[in-house]
Amino acid sequence: MKVLAFAAFCAMAAAQTPPTLDARLSAVESAAKSAQSAGDNGWMLVSSALVLMMTGPGLALFYGGLVRKKNVLATMMQSFILMAVITVLWAVVGYSLAFGEGVPVLGDFRYAFLRGVGSAPNTDYAATIPHQTYMVYQLMFAIITPALISGAFAERMKFSAMLLFTVLWALIVYFPMAHMVWGKGGLLNAALGGRFPCFDFAGGTVVHITSGVSALICALYLGKRIGYPHEQMRPHSIVLSIIGACLLWVGWFGFNAGSALAASGLATSAFVATHFGAAAATLGWTFVEWIRTGKPSVLGAISGCVAGLVAITPASGFVEPFPALLIGFIAGVVCYFMVTLVKHRFGYDDSLDAFGIHGAGGTVGAILTGIFATSLVNDSFKDANGKPLALGWVDGNPGQMVNQLIGTAIAWVLATVGTLVILKIVDGLVGLRVEKDHEIDGLDLSLHGEEGYFLET
Amino acid sequence: MKKIEAIIQPFKLEPVKEALKTIGIDGMTITEVRGHGRQKGHKEVYRGQEYNVDLLPKMKVELVVADARLEEVLRALTAAARTGKIGDGKIFVYDVAEAIRIRNDDRGETAL
Repeated sequence: MKVLAFAAFCAMAAAQTPPTLDARLSAVESAAKSAQSAGDNGWMLVSSALVLMMTGPGLALFYGGLVRKKNVLATMMQSFILMAVITVLWAVVGYSLAFGEGVPVLGDFRYAFLRGVGSAPNTDYAATIPHQTYMVYQLMFAIITPALISGAFAERMKFSAMLLFTVLWALIVYFPMAHMVWGKGGLLNAALGGRFPCFDFAGGTVVHITSGVSALICALYLGKRIGYPHEQMRPHSIVLSIIGACLLWVGWFGFNAGSALAASGLATSAFVATHFGAAAATLGWTFVEWIRTGKPSVLGAISGCVAGLVAITPASGFVEPFPALLIGFIAGVVCYFMVTLVKHRFGYDDSLDAFGIHGAGGTVGAILTGIFATSLVNDSFKDANGKPLALGWVDGNPGQMVNQLIGTAIAWVLATVGTLVILKIVDGLVGLRVEKDHEIDGLDLSLHGEEGYFLET
Repeated sequence: MKKIEAIIQPFKLEPVKEALKTIGIDGMTITEVRGHGRQKGHKEVYRGQEYNVDLLPKMKVELVVADARLEEVLRALTAAARTGKIGDGKIFVYDVAEAIRIRNDDRGETAL
C-alpha cells in the first residue's frame, strides 16, 4: 500500500514542471488585483450603507424634530417611504436612465431591469468594484435627494401627492441631471467626455442644487402653512434634530469619500475635506448668529454643519484641507443669512429650510469648487503626455469657472422648470395640499391614523 | 374676582392668547390636557389592532380676572376659540376667595 502511494507521488512530481516567471508574475498580479478589489468593494459597500443611513434615520430625525409634534410621523415617513419607492424605480429604469450611455442629457434603457449589472466591474465607472456595487451606491444618492425636498412641503402635503411627485421628480429631474454630470457621455461629465466638463465630486449640482431649488418652487407653489408666519411653529424636538444632524455628518463620509469609488488616497482626501468643511461651517454659522442675536443656538450649530457638508460635497475630491475649511466657513455664513434674512424678506414658507441650506449651500460649493480644485489632490485628469491637467483657478485654470457656472445654471433651470411642470400635473391628478381640517389636526392623525407620542400610556 | 377655566382646541390657543392680549389681559396658565365631551374620538390602527382614542388633546387655559372685566373677557375668549363645530370645548367660571402676589404680598385685585 505504502509503495503504491510513493509511486503515485513520484509520478505527480515528475509531471509538474516548475512555473515560468511569466506565470508567477501573472499570479501575483491577479492576487494584487483581487486584494485591491476586495478592499475597494468593502469600502464601497460600507459607503452605500452610510449614505442610506443619511436618509433614515439621519434626515428623518433631523426633519422630524423640526416640525410640530402633530406632524412628526408624517415627516419621518416621507424620508422612510422613499427608501422603498426610489429603490424599486431605480431597479426598473432609474439606474439605466442615469448611467446608461444614451444621449448627453439622458441615459438609455440598456440597464433597464438591471440587465447585465452583475459582479463584473463596469470599467467606465469603477474598474475595481462589481458593477452591482456601483449601482447600489448610486441608488442611495437617488433616495436622499428627493427626501431633502420634503423639508419644503412639510406639514401640508398629501401623502399620495408626495409619492407621485417624487416618482415624477426622479424621472424628470434627477435621472437626467445625474446622467449629465456622472453618466458616460453626459453633457457636463468631466471624466467621460462631457461637452462642458463640470467638477462635481459627490453631487453639489446633482443632489443639492436640484433638491434645494425644487424645494423653493414647492414652497412657493404650495403656499404657506395655515397660520404661518404669525403663529408660533417651533420645532418640537431639537434633541431629535441634533441626533439626525450627527448621523448626517457621519453618513456624509460615505457620500463624499465613497465618491472616490475606491479605498484610495483620494477617498481619504475627500474624507478630510468633508470633515473640515463641516467643522468650519458649524463655527461660521454659530459665530454670526452669536454676534447678531447674542446667543449661539444649538439649532444654528447643526444647521451650519449641514450647510458646510452640502457646500463641500462638490469640492470634496478636488480641494486641500485649508480651502475646505474656507468653503465650509463661507457656506455657514451665507446659509445663515439665507434662512434668517432672505426667507423673511421674500416671505416664502420653506418649512425646514431645504432651499436656504441645500440650494444656497450647493450653489456656493459648486462655484467655489471651480476656484479651489487642484491637481495636487485629484490627478486623474491628464493631458496627452500623461501630465495632470490644471483643474481650478488656483491651478491657473480660471476658465473652469465658466463650466461650473454652466453646470450650476443647468441644475437651477432643470429643477425649476421640471418641478413646476410636475407640480401642475400632480395638482391636477390628486391635489397637492391636505384639507384644512387635516392640516389643523396634524398629518400624523389625518393621513396615517397614528400619533408620534403617547407619553401618558 | 373670578377664575376662568377654558378647555379649548389646541390650535385655538394662539388666537385666544392674541385676543386676550388685545384687551389687556397678559397673565394666564396653560396646561396640555386630554378629554372629551360630546365629541366622539377617532380610530387609530397599530399593526392591524384598532384603538379607539376618545380622549383628545385639548388646552386648558386658566386665568383670574376682576369681576368688572369678566363678561368682556368671556366674550373675547369664546369668540376667539369658536369654530362652530363639536369639540370647541367649554368654559367654567369660579369665585375666587383671595389672590396673593408672592413677591410682595399684594392682595386681592391688585395682585392680579
